[in-house]
Amino acid sequence: MPTYVDPNACNACAGVRQGPLCVYICPNDLMILHPALNKGLNREPEMCSECYACVKLCPQDAIGVRGYADFVPLGASVQPTRVEQGLHWTVRFRDGRELQFTYPSRSTPVGSSIPYTDFTEDPVQDLRTQVLAGDSLWLGVDSLPTLNPR
Amino acid sequence: MIIGGGMAGCGAAFEAKYWGKDMRVVLVDKAVIERSGATGEGLSAINCYLGQRYGWNTPADFVKYVVNDMMGLAREDLVYDVGRHVDASVHLLEAWGLPIWKKDNGTYERIGRWQIPIHGESIKPITAEPARKALGEANLYERVAITHLLTDAEHAGRIAGAIGFGVRANTCYIFKAKAVIITAGGASNVFRPRSTAEGLGRTWYSVFSTGSAYGLMIPIGTEMTQMEHRFVPTRFKDGYGPVGMWFQYFHARVTNAMGEDYTVTRADELQKYAPYGMAVPTPTPLRNHQMFLDIQAGLGPMYMHTEEAMQQLSGGDPAKLQKVREEAWEDFLDMTIAQAMTWAAQNIAPEVTPSEVVLAEPYIMGSHSGEAGAWVSGPADLAPPEYFWGYNKMTTIQGLFAAGDGVGAAPHKFSSGSFTEGRLAAKAAVQYVHDHPAVPTLPPDTVQQYQATIWAPLETFETYKGASTAEEINPHYLTPKQGLVRLQKIMDEYAAGTSAWYTTNGPMLQRGIELIQMLRADLQHLGARDLHELLRCWELWHRTWVGEAHMRHLLYRRETRWPGYYYRADYPHLDDTHWRVFVNSRYDRLGDSWALETKPFYVATVVKLFV
Repeated sequence: MPTYVDPNACNACAGVRQGPLCVYICPNDLMILHPALNKGLNREPEMCSECYACVKLCPQDAIGVRGYADFVPLGASVQPTRVEQGLHWTVRFRDGRELQFTYPSRSTPVGSSIPYTDFTEDPVQDLRTQVLAGDSLWLGVDSLPTLNPR
Repeated sequence: MIIGGGMAGCGAAFEAKYWGKDMRVVLVDKAVIERSGATGEGLSAINCYLGQRYGWNTPADFVKYVVNDMMGLAREDLVYDVGRHVDASVHLLEAWGLPIWKKDNGTYERIGRWQIPIHGESIKPITAEPARKALGEANLYERVAITHLLTDAEHAGRIAGAIGFGVRANTCYIFKAKAVIITAGGASNVFRPRSTAEGLGRTWYSVFSTGSAYGLMIPIGTEMTQMEHRFVPTRFKDGYGPVGMWFQYFHARVTNAMGEDYTVTRADELQKYAPYGMAVPTPTPLRNHQMFLDIQAGLGPMYMHTEEAMQQLSGGDPAKLQKVREEAWEDFLDMTIAQAMTWAAQNIAPEVTPSEVVLAEPYIMGSHSGEAGAWVSGPADLAPPEYFWGYNKMTTIQGLFAAGDGVGAAPHKFSSGSFTEGRLAAKAAVQYVHDHPAVPTLPPDTVQQYQATIWAPLETFETYKGASTAEEINPHYLTPKQGLVRLQKIMDEYAAGTSAWYTTNGPMLQRGIELIQMLRADLQHLGARDLHELLRCWELWHRTWVGEAHMRHLLYRRETRWPGYYYRADYPHLDDTHWRVFVNSRYDRLGDSWALETKPFYVATVVKLFV
């Protein structure tokens, strides 16, 4: 299938600025709203890489994944829920066993990055050199290695 | 203008706005940069980190490793350039919020010599955020697919911009640009994959990577290099979960069904590929080759002994076992979730049950372990004269730069190195724009022709849909899915795909080229029912250019340099005397012809490998 949408849980992201978030985020342009049902739909499952971008973003937890029919036996599920600065995973085996994992995925608040903080490279003076922006702060060694200085 | 918003594109955006604060910099992506590109799903490791600050490696060490892994062929100047800068990129990613595993003493944990483990589920949104901020929303064109590059009206050897369409709106976008940086993707799904129905999307390399880096550059006559090279990953069967953690961090063995370890039983085979085969570590293609000999001999299935490794690491301690179990599952859940699903659905607990591994179908790329891409200028302080024409990462088209999958002969960049290479290309592009302030000229009739070309599949469908009661069976057009299947069949059967056991020869390739030329002509008759299928049509065009270039290069290189990736049955040996050279090609659109030649490999540029 790969991703599928539970019609009872999907509300088409009513009121969300970007529109339906699965449609917004899908890297392969797969998710649309079902024309009749007005619910999320994977229109081209054979181009789905089960990347879970939509699953992770769905505010209603309405999207699941049924493993590829080509090789995945029925009955298992792998489902994430977002927790503070990470994801919690529930892995259910075909035989009913269940595993729970929580992993961090970001150490800073979303939106907190500030480009070029404290960078010292001069955009004019250093333009023709080999240094990159922020090298003096972030390279970790005193000077950029080279072989044949010109 | 930056085409592609993956790791390289985000790096390019970030860097360009630092050096070119007053320049307008735009980035165009067919998706949304938070999850676009090959790292959108996440990563469990950064595979390119030198650790210069810890004294782990020097850039010269990196060059030595990479050139040997490529069986003697990579551009030392380009590899060195990424290597010397990449640590700063990794440290920046960490500062922006990427969690990197640490030892008790605070240094980075290590998987292997170049690999560090990360909690990388969000590596792409973390990378995209500063790029988005640096550019400004108004300069980010998302859900716009670029189909063609445009060259200058007065000088065909100079870039002038690009053209494409809105994936979700009936809008044609024409960009005029003094400099263009190609950071689009390498190519999955050119070869018929092992799973062909729903599993068509579970390619090893991102299914979103449609060869656009090459499909954009080849048609305008950009000189390409090493397009014969491909990467065949050894991966967990079907889900294509990563194996690096298992080999290098957990020290797991792979054996055949008889329990034999091919790295032991096939050790002598490496001597045929001296000097590369004698180096440590054994080059990736040769490890494939050893395993493939077992498979050919009927000794499969091949098993990764996860159970053995986990029991050894835990030593019977339940707390240690739990730690290893969590690390093992995270490896998949961070980056290849389908493999976790495969384990769960097949009732595989890795501490109990070993898992099958296979050789996947070939992928043509320039960022991971592949080295296909454009022939670019090296940096001024590293490149010998023949590899240098003024601007780092500039292709043979003036003002056209490349990074990531787009740059050839510069492999083993992975995520961090691609991000770094994007930054290097962007800084050089800013220099170029300073030096070449003239605004390029777009020929107006050409733009109109391209517009008609871009929309043609929609027109074709509307014009001819009435000729058949079945939308998908119509003598006037092919659907993009039908065209993709045809491409994959040609590549698989003639160009050394899995069903041909990675083997081809000159006559097979000549026949494959005949057939792909007919396919390329038939792509004029693609039919698209909507914008989504139109996107698939143009992705197929790009993939088809990759397929043809790949076969022409395979035909030209008369040796077998990378056994385990492919075999030329008519030239079965590695031939350093004649073929330790790069193979370059240029397509001529006026004559619809290809010119191939070799370029020298400079041994002494950076390090002497085997002295």
